[in-house]
Amino acid sequence: MPVSLANSRVVYDALKKCGVGLISALPETWLVHMIRMADEDPGMILVRLAKEEEAVGISAGAHFAGVKSAMLMQNHGFLASVNGIVSFAQLYRIPLLMLISYRGHFGERDPWQTEGGGATEPVLRALGIPFGFLDDPAKTEKQIADAQTLSLSRLHPVALLLTRELMWEEPQS
Amino acid sequence: MMQRIECLRAVYERLNDCLVVTIMGAVATELHSLGHRPNFFYLQHAMGLASSTGLGLALCLPKQKVVVIDGDGSVLMNMGGLTTLARYRPRNLIHVIFDNESLLSVGGFPTATATGSDLAAIASASGVPRTRTVRTMDALTQAFDEALKVNDLSCVVAKVEAVGPKGYVTDLALLENRFQFKRHIEGLVSSSRAERGSPIT
Repeated sequence: MPVSLANSRVVYDALKKCGVGLISALPETWLVHMIRMADEDPGMILVRLAKEEEAVGISAGAHFAGVKSAMLMQNHGFLASVNGIVSFAQLYRIPLLMLISYRGHFGERDPWQTEGGGATEPVLRALGIPFGFLDDPAKTEKQIADAQTLSLSRLHPVALLLTRELMWEEPQS
Repeated sequence: MMQRIECLRAVYERLNDCLVVTIMGAVATELHSLGHRPNFFYLQHAMGLASSTGLGLALCLPKQKVVVIDGDGSVLMNMGGLTTLARYRPRNLIHVIFDNESLLSVGGFPTATATGSDLAAIASASGVPRTRTVRTMDALTQAFDEALKVNDLSCVVAKVEAVGPKGYVTDLALLENRFQFKRHIEGLVSSSRAERGSPIT
């Protein structure tokens, strides 16, 4: 599979290094390795969701319990979670660390991903959610730690967009 | 038919040692009116996510009883969440659903439970191991006591009348409630560490 195993490992290890103890996820192609890593890690609570908005409540519960969490989802899952983000996380100042696969951007071949790709950044901006792009494995660990730091000091959602550059390796033909 | 506030009164003392997450509207206002406690968190929006919040709490604090007080309208908005609850089957979670067959706080429009959708059957079919629908106060307290005792994920659907308080705003600010609730849990975790030499988790 052309999803980068090495870079999935970089992201997963960065989450572990900053003390994440619970990951909630809804599978999508770019996330499969990370979800498997969480599943195989006895030190991680993995919650597989039916719909991404549930993750907002689960992360809030984890925060109340003193456990750091992260959310893995596709950008369409982020779009499906907007009410929970606004009327729970933002209303009640719940820190969320959202790792969002940025489908539908440059290089996307699947037509069905393209509208969500166009809406992702405008919606993040409209909600006032600080976000950055994960596109370089050498910088990923620091970017994840920095995003989590802001999320916890501001008590607010933050997002990191997992880009094609990081997540996808074109198969050699 | 049972009134929700009477049901809450009947189980109120049993909530002492539990972490309680409620939905918005009448449930929150009525529980608050019986006497707020620091172990109560009222999710005053984000319909559907009270059960997900309870799941997060229950998975992170497996030795702590968690009670979610939900409603038919909220459950219908996050039915997928029932399958997630059942999938992880937290043994320390009790899911109480007050079913008044109505979106009461926005004017009493009927929900799908008014035309036959059966939430206990849906929970059961989702994989929740113990489900019960109750229509009398005795049945409610009995079901709740059993749920407290059995150490397994339980869902109690209480059929209640579609009546509630006149207003929904209380004098407890949302953020005050949120920070007090988290502080309360921190206290539980650290006192359990001090007493037993091990964390509550």
